[in-house]
Amino acid sequence: MKRNFENDKKDMVVVEGSYAVADAVKACRPNVISAYPITPQTHIVEDISQFIADGEIPNCEYLNVESEFSAISALVGSSAAGARSYSATTSQGLELMHEVLFNVSGMRLPVVMTVVNRAVSAPINIWNDHQDSISQRDTGWIQLHAEDTQEASDMTAQAFKIAEDPDILLPVLACLDGFILSHVYEPVVLLDEDLVAEYLPPFEPKFKLDPKNPKTFGAFADPNSYTEFRYLQQQAMNKALKVIEDAADEFYDLFGRHYGGLIDTYETEDADIILMAMGSIVGTIKDVVDKLRAQGVKVGVLKVRSFRPFPAEAIKNAIKGAKVVVALDKNISLGLNEGALFTETKGSLYNTNVNIPIIGFMIGHGGRDIPMSTMEAIVDEAKKVIDSGITVESQFTDLKEELL
Amino acid sequence: MKPLLQAGHRGCAGCCDAIAAKFTLMAAGEDCIVVSPTGCLEVMTTPYPESSWNVPFIHSLFENNAAVASGIEAALKAKGEFGKTKIIAMGGDGATLDIGMRSISGAFERGHDFTYVCIDNEAYMNTGVQRSGATPFAASTTTSPAGKVSFGNIRPKKNMPAIMVAHGSPYVTTTSIGYPKDMIRKVKKAVDVEGPTYVHAHSPCTTGWGFDSSKTIEIAKLAVETCLWPLYEMEDGELTKAKKIKNPKPVEDYLKMQRRFKHLFTMEGGDEMIKKIQALADANIEKFGLQ
Repeated sequence: MKRNFENDKKDMVVVEGSYAVADAVKACRPNVISAYPITPQTHIVEDISQFIADGEIPNCEYLNVESEFSAISALVGSSAAGARSYSATTSQGLELMHEVLFNVSGMRLPVVMTVVNRAVSAPINIWNDHQDSISQRDTGWIQLHAEDTQEASDMTAQAFKIAEDPDILLPVLACLDGFILSHVYEPVVLLDEDLVAEYLPPFEPKFKLDPKNPKTFGAFADPNSYTEFRYLQQQAMNKALKVIEDAADEFYDLFGRHYGGLIDTYETEDADIILMAMGSIVGTIKDVVDKLRAQGVKVGVLKVRSFRPFPAEAIKNAIKGAKVVVALDKNISLGLNEGALFTETKGSLYNTNVNIPIIGFMIGHGGRDIPMSTMEAIVDEAKKVIDSGITVESQFTDLKEELL
Repeated sequence: MKPLLQAGHRGCAGCCDAIAAKFTLMAAGEDCIVVSPTGCLEVMTTPYPESSWNVPFIHSLFENNAAVASGIEAALKAKGEFGKTKIIAMGGDGATLDIGMRSISGAFERGHDFTYVCIDNEAYMNTGVQRSGATPFAASTTTSPAGKVSFGNIRPKKNMPAIMVAHGSPYVTTTSIGYPKDMIRKVKKAVDVEGPTYVHAHSPCTTGWGFDSSKTIEIAKLAVETCLWPLYEMEDGELTKAKKIKNPKPVEDYLKMQRRFKHLFTMEGGDEMIKKIQALADANIEKFGLQ
């Protein structure tokens, strides 16, 4: 992270994380917003609705749709008609959108959607983990995760910039942790609309639904051409690796805040132990790192900002000097007993010359609190791996045996 | 005028979808945007890299047609481009009465200014003639087949126009591809009326219903002439017009020409079923004052 706090202090206001995101959406000047209320996303859409009611988002239509399925479907139409298009959702709402998510990315529509990460039912649970967005990993959406409310706000503008890049034209999920970030009040700098206008050019797609120049969207592709559509989506994902970095750098140049592009690192240079994670948990880990560093433990943290495209090369370069890597996942692939970050990091290193032991901990399911003591216990486990190798590759954390 | 739905698409000979789409575009003109769900119409007209559409066309999924249309309307409004351009959602009965019901209900409740045209061929034809909520009483389909203990589909058609009237639509109408002037006039009226309007077009399918491909229009007319498919208009919830049928033909005339009703003429008890179907026609005469 690069940030001049002294510079930002004069502009800071204390607002709820959801408000910071809603205000950022406003600054990005969307034309169509379509959303369905669901906890803990509601404050974002309520704040946006108030902006609309007060006439603060010009040239914008807000659709109160009857379901998340229609929320994202309406944006298929609006984006294809050349409108900058936005939605926000979480958990069950995101799962309900699943079919449409493939459709949006397949039609190369640069929709941006905030995901306020929440666990999925059953059992029903409204608190934070990452199972909802991780479950959308193969839908062809870029997926970014924010560490704090300021980053969630700023990421909104970056998301539009990345999505609408003519070389990319992929939709973006901009994720922040439910309640932990969406409902917390923190000092943030709200986005200056003039600066955002400078950062984010108007959305002017080369092709759109236009009677003066009729085009067909959503054509039927048989085995002769379907493969090439998929290939081109992957090519765009490959290009996005650089565009995400560029978007972060350009944002830094204009706004003076940088959270990493694909990844960010903290105290990893000489670290023996590197913990890797996504979202707000990274803040907790940094505190643990500070504490343990003071005790002489060489530990650092790797924050993964971009889950899709998966930054395999950046991760490899960041961890290659470590003696052990620990992946912390707020999700699980049931039947594999691994979280996504763990599986994918392990997989992406297999055919490389980086051969470091990696262990995984699944943590914080359904909003289970993650105290510093838990993190310290995990570091102790990592130390054992350095001394005597891996005994347990991937495991649940803080299981309550008495409930089993 | 150039055809807005170009010849050379992959529709069957006598295809009802092609006829319905052609009449719809003749009414709407070239300044329109067409939204279509997954189904025969989309498949036969857009095999990449070909397209039969000389108007902007978008297909997203099966169940979200009206939601996509509402997004287009919102986009044009937001960008100050809304006005002359007509937005037309065109979908089959499965996409309309069954899987797309929620998105249509939402779009009509929100009051988007667009026209929904249901091309009703009374079953899932694109996947091989499976029963839908629009399949008529006693029709045999591949998932409601007639058999030793079954006369086929046991339920009457879902009354979709009534549902759209209940949504407060300013203009709901039924029409038939057997009556081109009627359909073109009604679609034109629907696109000109402000707000969400609904046109339900009865559309016989040669392969699904089992009749010779030269008979599409004849069958369509018979549905109207037997009063099984009444042609009427509802404006702001009131019945304002219904096509009179002076001498209704017996329903047998319509049923006997179609494979899907063949069992009614061969199975024991089939005559009782035909009586029930005649009763449906008689009820239409009464309800809509067709005589």
